[in-house]
Amino acid sequence: MLLALILLPLAGAALALALPRPRARAWLLPACGAAHLALCVLVLRTPPQATPWLGLDALARLVLPVTSVLFLACALYAVDYLHLPTGRFTPFNRGSDRVMVPCLLLFLAAMTLAVAARHLGLLWIAVEATTIVSAPLISHNRNAFSIEATWKYLLICSVGIALAMLGLLFTAYAALGPGEQATLQFDALLRQAPQLSRPWLRAGFVFLLVGFGTKMGLAPLHTWKPDAYGEAPGLVGALLAGGLTSVACLAILRGVQLMAGAGDGPLARHALLALGLLSLVLAAAFMVRQPDIKRLLAYSSVEHMGILAVGVGVGGLAAYGAMLHLVNNALTKGSLFLAAGNIQRAYASKRLSEVRGAMAALPVSGGLFLAGFLAITGSPPFGPFLSEFTILRGMFGAGSHAVAALVLAVLAVVFLGMGATVLQAVQGEPPTLCEEFRNGCRDSLLLAAPPLVLLLLVLGLGLWLPEPLQRALRDAAALLEVTP
Amino acid sequence: MDTVTDALLLAVILINFYALGTSRLLACIKAAALQGALLALLPLTMHGLAWHTLVLGAEALLFKGVCIPLLLRHAIRETRIRRELEPLIGYVPTQALGVLLTACSFVFAERLPLAAAQHAFLLVPTALATMFAGFLLLTTRRKAITQVVGYLVLENGIFLFGVLLSRAMPFMVEAGVLLDLLVGVFVMGIVMRQIGREFSTLNTRRLSALKE
Repeated sequence: MLLALILLPLAGAALALALPRPRARAWLLPACGAAHLALCVLVLRTPPQATPWLGLDALARLVLPVTSVLFLACALYAVDYLHLPTGRFTPFNRGSDRVMVPCLLLFLAAMTLAVAARHLGLLWIAVEATTIVSAPLISHNRNAFSIEATWKYLLICSVGIALAMLGLLFTAYAALGPGEQATLQFDALLRQAPQLSRPWLRAGFVFLLVGFGTKMGLAPLHTWKPDAYGEAPGLVGALLAGGLTSVACLAILRGVQLMAGAGDGPLARHALLALGLLSLVLAAAFMVRQPDIKRLLAYSSVEHMGILAVGVGVGGLAAYGAMLHLVNNALTKGSLFLAAGNIQRAYASKRLSEVRGAMAALPVSGGLFLAGFLAITGSPPFGPFLSEFTILRGMFGAGSHAVAALVLAVLAVVFLGMGATVLQAVQGEPPTLCEEFRNGCRDSLLLAAPPLVLLLLVLGLGLWLPEPLQRALRDAAALLEVTP
Repeated sequence: MDTVTDALLLAVILINFYALGTSRLLACIKAAALQGALLALLPLTMHGLAWHTLVLGAEALLFKGVCIPLLLRHAIRETRIRRELEPLIGYVPTQALGVLLTACSFVFAERLPLAAAQHAFLLVPTALATMFAGFLLLTTRRKAITQVVGYLVLENGIFLFGVLLSRAMPFMVEAGVLLDLLVGVFVMGIVMRQIGREFSTLNTRRLSALKE
């Protein structure tokens, strides 16, 4: 059952390579996305028997549906995106859909595998695979900027992931006691956790944190993020900022689980807390007066990864809030990146010097961009407000008043900084757009509906948390709090 | 077999120094290839002849010693680049740094709480020294291709550490890790070709348009 969930997109990718017609290839994406989501619901309703290789624990049950929903939205968007005219005046979409469609499907397969993996080696392989298959996606526009961004992404993330492998080996070494067999099977490791050799486990966690933290984009390991998110097509940015970061976060949480099981939870939490606070402060500093709307979103992603890390770092209620925030952030970022992609195409630019009056030029995308900004900065009644509020309540409850004050201050700075850029982009009179863009880049149904639906989901999560989701969140947070 | 293992490990360290000191890209690629090929023998000399070690060694030899170097040679032949010019730090200073870091690795490895004393004592310091050499290549060189070689040397160092634990890694996982490396370098090769076409150089100093 779980295997089918991973094999389905793989089969789709193979089919995409075989299909001759571009239109059919494009429609394959939502078909696979919908089938993946349906299978995902089925798997969540009747959890399959876990094997030593694959299984769904509470954390995976949380991340899997988020990835699936986000992918379906991006897949629907991709149908019209790939159909857009590619002309002399369009500095985007110059890559071939023959590359993009299979890579998107492989990306989904790799993310699913990473979420469901119960063997740390398998988890590593899957995360590395996400790096490799997303590189052609980032360079899709085939201009000097996107190639530069791809090179940085590929090199920095490959080195980061290599360090994560070192962390895994250290962890395996920690299990190598007298008469013990070293293993990387996660359940076996968790059982042995109290007996693991402390120094090696700690060293292993640090390298895991650095390695997967690079993928997640925690400061100071985030340097590839603004470039990659800024130059990738909007839908790829949405998948990276919503899906990949959640998967990388899950990989780090596996390390936290092990440390907590070994009785070293506080050390892991402090490390996360430190990186999280650094991410918050650095991201806020670069968001103020940011003239590029997509780089702005990238720094916002760094900021929210920081919030996740801080939430898990404080623990207790804040960890529950962080789990909720993971869901909210993924969906909101998806909506924002898709809307930003529409705006960028209409203006043939993503810089404030050209982008003005997006609300008047593109009523739906411009409006979504503004609403998405309100959502991501934690304004009620959207979901992120609820999760950030829960995290802050958790901090005050746990007595970390100084941390809470710092987070609140940073959130205020981010609101003001991000607001200045976003308002400049959406308000005012739009400049006369070049005729080619006017015709080609109106808000069509498939380009506007997916971000709208994602944002409505976020709004729904802010108003009402369904009982199954609450249970999943509680279970996921409880997994991080295990004490030996 | 321990003397063979030690000889192999010494050769790996010497190759590190050679790669740090040479300016010719082809020589650099060949050094990484030779290093990969030597590493492929280690599972055999350390864990004895077995089905697992034999296949692992063969795969490592094929990927690290043959496929990846061929990919990289193909990349430099297309872009007609022969030498690494103007590195960030000169060759002699990087070599000296490499020697210093190698010495540090030996001192550091002495202090590590190593569980199994039966392993060749050179292994852990060699792994550390090779990783440091990889990092030096990655950070001090400007050509995209030398950076990839640096990444390969770094991976070689991690592979060395992995040999200690080849029992923790089921065969499928080892195979997957090596395959990921191969495909990763393949994709890097494609991006390098795009860089060459777009910028007509493989100098990554030109890749600096994106910043705040």
